[in-house]
Amino acid sequence: MTNAPLAMLAELTHRCPLACPYCSNPQELTAKDRELSTEQWADIFEQAAGLGVLQLHLSGGEPASRRDIVELVAAARDAGLYTNLITSGIGLTPRRLQALEDAGLDHIQLSVQGVNARIADRIGGYKGGFDRKMHVADHIAQMGFPLTLNAVMHRENLDDLEATIEMAVRLGARRIEVACVQFQGWALSNRAALQPSRDQVDEAKRIVRAATERLRGTLVIDFVPPDYYSDFPKACMNGWGSTGVNITPDGTVLPCHAAETIPGLTFARVTEQPLRDVWYDSPAFNAYRGTDWLPDLCQSCERRDIDFGGCRCQAMAVLGDPSATDPVCRKSPGRAALDALLVQEVSTVDVPDFIYRRL
Amino acid sequence: MGPADVPSLPRGVRRHFDRVRDTPVLLGPERVLMLDQIGCAVLDHVDGQASIDQISDTLAGLYDAEKSEIMADVIAYLGDLADKRLLDVRT
Repeated sequence: MTNAPLAMLAELTHRCPLACPYCSNPQELTAKDRELSTEQWADIFEQAAGLGVLQLHLSGGEPASRRDIVELVAAARDAGLYTNLITSGIGLTPRRLQALEDAGLDHIQLSVQGVNARIADRIGGYKGGFDRKMHVADHIAQMGFPLTLNAVMHRENLDDLEATIEMAVRLGARRIEVACVQFQGWALSNRAALQPSRDQVDEAKRIVRAATERLRGTLVIDFVPPDYYSDFPKACMNGWGSTGVNITPDGTVLPCHAAETIPGLTFARVTEQPLRDVWYDSPAFNAYRGTDWLPDLCQSCERRDIDFGGCRCQAMAVLGDPSATDPVCRKSPGRAALDALLVQEVSTVDVPDFIYRRL
Repeated sequence: MGPADVPSLPRGVRRHFDRVRDTPVLLGPERVLMLDQIGCAVLDHVDGQASIDQISDTLAGLYDAEKSEIMADVIAYLGDLADKRLLDVRT
């Protein structure tokens, strides 16, 4: 039986003042003239709530690049959704933050690119971005807005993990996501520049363990490990078409933000078909739903119902086969290909320059 | 957490009735907790005023149970929420 979705990620726009080389948006970005209107989004939020979605993540790009962000938050709350704004903070003036609060915004998730201007502005590709973000963060704290920091960690900033966690405490965040970069979207093109070393990863795990104990009751630390260094794959999206649904800026409905990299799947647009029909009945959502489609290796594995074979987009990216066991898995014949990549990219002397995300 | 502590739901954490799944839930950042009868009974009395002792007293009366047993359950339940930062505790 197919469950109703719990969470929706609404990519309101692909416009963003930052140009992070690990952006999870697809390489082919959607231009402003193809973005959905305020009314179309409001209708999607109503449909989502009717379908069973409880949590809405307003994301992008930078969602504050939408002039109607306050109206969109109000529409989401009217629909009965728990509403989270995933933002770089750029473009959130005190007046706009107040308007978002008045509209009923439940929670803010602020991205951090680094612990100082030098590294943060280099990663974000935006000079002055760090200082502006810190002003916004201070204002969010003064307002008492529930805050999560989202820190994407990689080769260049993983050694600053301790300072990153301290920053979260200083800013009054209740939660930090220490998210080691996952290689999809723009990050895939920058893998060699972003891939941490095993020593960095081991140290990061030690720091997370210690900080989790030390900060119990003060700060929750959610750690996303770098899966190339894991023995078993992540339960990507908690299973394809099981829990979450993504909507792109032009209304395309996806099982995850990278799903369009899988050839042969056709994704419907919510402007043309009701969300309920897309979720339950579309071939794309049913392609990798459940466990019946899994290869024999996974079918016979005791982890079948733990990781559901891992990530389809990763199997596609590394092995060229979206139906294969995630190559992270130690039992997978594809693991050799992943290990070869890892050795090659981590041992390279000439670390390549970033390819920045641009619309 | 002790008897004199006063729990409250912080901003950004709220109760909601999930009509699709026909169940009460507690919503917080990246969290959805389905609330069973016990969870609801405890949270009904978390108002930012009542202490753990007072909440346990009330529940012991309502359910005709030993207060010490109730209090152990209340502390276990609310302590878990506090660890997840879904509950504030004033000491």
